[in-house]
Amino acid sequence: MNATSMTAGSVEWKNPPRGQVGMLALIAAESAIFTIFVVAYLFYIGKSLSGPTPKEILSVPIFYTICLLSSSLTIHFAARALRQGKVKSFGLLWFATFALGAAFMYGTAMEWYRLIYHEGFTISTNLFGTTYYSLVGLHAFHVVVGLTALFLVMAFTLLGSVRAEHAERIDVLSLYWHFVDAVWVVVFTVVYLIGR
Amino acid sequence: MSTDAIALPGTESAERPFVDGLHAWVTTVDHKRLGILYIVYALIFLVVGGIEATIMRIQLIRANNDFVSPQVFNRLFTLHGTTMIFFVAMPMVFGFANYLIPLMIGARDMAFPRLNAFSFWLTAFGGFLLYFSMIGANGLYGAGNAPDVGWFAYAPLTARTFSVGHSTDFWTLSLLISGFGSIGTAINILTTVLCMRCPGMSLGKMPLLPWLNLVMSGMVILAVSPLTAAQVMLMIDRYLGGHFFDTQAGGSAVIWMHFFWIFGHPEVYVLVIPAFAFMSEIIPVFSRKAIFGYPVMVGATIAIGFISMSVWAHHMFTVGMGANANTFFALSTMAVGVPTGIKIFNWLATMWGGKILFKTPMLFAIAFLFQFLIAGLTGIMLSCVPFDWQLTASYFVVAHFHYVIVGGILFGIFAAFYYWYPKMTGRMYNETLGRWHFWLFLIGFHLTFDFMHIPGLLGMPRRIYTYEAGRGWDIWNLIVTVGAVFQAVGTLVFVFNLVWSYFRGKIAGSDPWDAWTLEWSTSSPPPDYNFAVIPEVKSRRPLWDLKHPNDPDWKYE
Amino acid sequence: MDAMRTACEKTSGRLGVWQIVPVIFWSVAAAAASEPAAPALSPTNIFAPASTPANSILRVSLFVLGVTGAIFVVVFSLLVYSVVKFRKRTNDDGREPPQVYGSNQVELAWTVIPVLIVVALFMATARVIADVQKVAQPANAIEVVAIGHQFWWEYRYPALGVVTANELHVPVSEVDHPTPTFIQLLSADTDHSFWVPRLAGKTDLIPNHPNSTWIDPHETGLFLGQCAQYCGTQHAKMLLRVYVDSRADFDRWIQQQRQPAAVAGAVSEGQRIFETTACINCHKVAGTVANGRFGPDLTHLMSRDTIAAGAALNTPENLRRWILKPDAIKPGSLMPAMQLNDQDLDALTAYLETLR
Repeated sequence: MNATSMTAGSVEWKNPPRGQVGMLALIAAESAIFTIFVVAYLFYIGKSLSGPTPKEILSVPIFYTICLLSSSLTIHFAARALRQGKVKSFGLLWFATFALGAAFMYGTAMEWYRLIYHEGFTISTNLFGTTYYSLVGLHAFHVVVGLTALFLVMAFTLLGSVRAEHAERIDVLSLYWHFVDAVWVVVFTVVYLIGR
Repeated sequence: MSTDAIALPGTESAERPFVDGLHAWVTTVDHKRLGILYIVYALIFLVVGGIEATIMRIQLIRANNDFVSPQVFNRLFTLHGTTMIFFVAMPMVFGFANYLIPLMIGARDMAFPRLNAFSFWLTAFGGFLLYFSMIGANGLYGAGNAPDVGWFAYAPLTARTFSVGHSTDFWTLSLLISGFGSIGTAINILTTVLCMRCPGMSLGKMPLLPWLNLVMSGMVILAVSPLTAAQVMLMIDRYLGGHFFDTQAGGSAVIWMHFFWIFGHPEVYVLVIPAFAFMSEIIPVFSRKAIFGYPVMVGATIAIGFISMSVWAHHMFTVGMGANANTFFALSTMAVGVPTGIKIFNWLATMWGGKILFKTPMLFAIAFLFQFLIAGLTGIMLSCVPFDWQLTASYFVVAHFHYVIVGGILFGIFAAFYYWYPKMTGRMYNETLGRWHFWLFLIGFHLTFDFMHIPGLLGMPRRIYTYEAGRGWDIWNLIVTVGAVFQAVGTLVFVFNLVWSYFRGKIAGSDPWDAWTLEWSTSSPPPDYNFAVIPEVKSRRPLWDLKHPNDPDWKYE
Repeated sequence: MDAMRTACEKTSGRLGVWQIVPVIFWSVAAAAASEPAAPALSPTNIFAPASTPANSILRVSLFVLGVTGAIFVVVFSLLVYSVVKFRKRTNDDGREPPQVYGSNQVELAWTVIPVLIVVALFMATARVIADVQKVAQPANAIEVVAIGHQFWWEYRYPALGVVTANELHVPVSEVDHPTPTFIQLLSADTDHSFWVPRLAGKTDLIPNHPNSTWIDPHETGLFLGQCAQYCGTQHAKMLLRVYVDSRADFDRWIQQQRQPAAVAGAVSEGQRIFETTACINCHKVAGTVANGRFGPDLTHLMSRDTIAAGAALNTPENLRRWILKPDAIKPGSLMPAMQLNDQDLDALTAYLETLR
């Protein structure tokens, strides 16, 4: 998906790159979806008729948040490495990104296990339960999709198929990953700061 | 790309031409073929939706009629609305966009051809799923079948308690799936317009059709997503015990309305903006003048795009949002009428001083102007909140929105059909049949939808399978039903014309209308690769420049 | 075909012919708006108000109709004129007309004028919104709580101790000494909407979202309406009947509704059937063991003109038919067929006939 550049006749003509524009458009659509879930979460704060409140049972996942947000840094440097042709550095940084993202998912899984099995708190417990699991779950789903894509790229890297000329595609994918992290910043703020 | 493209002339696949042809269509990623697939798909569902409407009109032709049961009637209006919006209007709009945009911007295909195909098949599957509900949705107490919750599916009617069985789920899932298809196509259109224009075609030199479809795509991206979110929430409520819209648990029925209409209102602009695009291409050509006020047309459309995202709660004036909210949404709704009116004036100014040719596309375009004007004015009436407290949820508002969708959008689509039919098929449609279609449909449209306003003014609510005698509604309902017959016959003439002309129409040539945009520089139909050499343009009307070398547009733009 | 083509070439005039249809419609609308004829056109004509909210709405709607009508006349005339004047003539010289690309002054003009129109319309609108929605409830107002059910209306007068169903009684409101009725709107199940066009605009009944509306009818009589928000299978037969009584008649009605069911000595056979079949699970008859709340209160069933929320007249035959098989009158209503034999049915109907 290279930027289309042609010199035809008298005019030097450069169009924006397709991959990035398409990914930004997708991100816009996904942001709209998340916005609705965030609005529902905010609207229902304090409106549950019964059951546990956020203050009572939520614990703030600081460590796993740091993991996820750091993965934005590692993916950024990975993409830069690939652009410079340093495939080995790219591979290591990419693996670090995957590992950090996977750690975040592990943290979410542990948190949900505790909430469901120790606290008996589920999506049907009350309004808080419904909005919490939906919002965090929607985000987690997007992380899983991202991890799947990251994993595929890792596999291709190990097979030696990834080279500097693929840097633009990696840029497009990292856009998605940055988006997932940015959403977590919003979700974290809404659920663990505002809502508690 | 279909394999037919590179077949040498004279050679044919000898053994199974039909199967190979079918395979080519099913696996195509070519924007022109996908465009035609979308359009034919939409046409089929137009007939289906029309049959649903006709049955409802027969039921309502007199008081206390029993042509169909209330259960069947409620499914009919649900299916009719859902089908017409999601499986007729949206695919129609996407189909024309797909076909025309690459040709008009001098590109060989859309930005993401495989995503294009995937989006089409998602939409197609969604339609199939919705209608499969008629046989597949049997739930408890036999109360499963086609969905019957209305096309906007208000909560808590959609909760498991009130909608037993799976009919509502078929509604939700079919729209969820086709919604992904819509978002995919919107991403494709947006990227294509921004990234694939031919040299010299800056955004300011792009024809209005790609411009308006760009705005439409942005709106789809921002507006269909809330519907997707709301539908996921509904499924969570129905199957995971969630409480998003569970009023017994403190949930809110009103929040569904907000989420739905945040989608629902921009959606109707998504449908009408491409109709505006058709008008902006057709009216200039048949008036023999450039479009009046190109920059203002672009600006007005962008303004409509933004403002229309802020008017949604005018569907909720009776819900009890409070005087302040009602007042705000009255203002934003009235405001969106201003850029819309500006567009009507600009089309009028385009015709002014021109040499108007009354071919079938132009007949439909002129009717569009007249009817869209009226639709906009009844919309202004509805934006006056207290007046809306009487008019909403009555046959007045049903008349209003059909005036927009049929009188505006469908007439615009008919105009587009006739205008680009020669390009897509290489043959001219039959002009006489075109006029028969126009007059029959025009008479039917006005009989039905002009007189439909009156029962609304006389207190007839919508979505009722029958009504009492003595309300003064009978005669008007009778006239409305009669109009439906005219429209049905007109549509049959139209479909016949499409088919007959395909085989017997005069060969059209590449530019039968003496038009000015790039699609008319290709053969009819265009080759698979669209352009042998990517063109370079200097103005908004590249073919005008070629035809008038002493007086090209770029001297004046 | 040629003749048709030539005829169509003069399309401009022809188009005008069919656009006469909307002119007819507007004339009817205007006729509907003229008061004396209005109720004759329909008992639910929005242009025949009999109460202040409906009156305020009529006034602002006439203003809006006037403005939009004027816009229509101007733009339509321009459209017809341009289609006639600038059509391609048969003796055309084949040259393209002068290309005009735009005009800033013209664009400014037809931006500013619509903006001014919007400002005027908006101010009129905002004022009436406040007139209707920001009204304080006066001390002497009648208070009613209306609860929407699938597919009937429950009415409670909390200050007066009355519970009834489907037929709402309110006192007439004198112009110099107003006694409005303020109605709180609640729902027991899905969304409904209270719409009696001659008395007020519609307001929705939404579960977990209390709303309110008010009426002050200036004339006595019966005012019709019906549920205006799709609520399920029998949305169409969830009818509204508002009886506006003189003050004296209203007070008498209240007194009567307050009484428990007339006790007729020994428990009749019909009453026994009523109380041992599932009837009492849904229905209440004050003063007896029947205390159900899912269905309408039947204590004074015979004081109503209709049954099944207006779906049928309240006659012994209809009552019997209804109990035998509700689906015969209102298919999809939530009252089950009670599978009673003829004898039991007669006894039961006779008992219900005593509930005045």
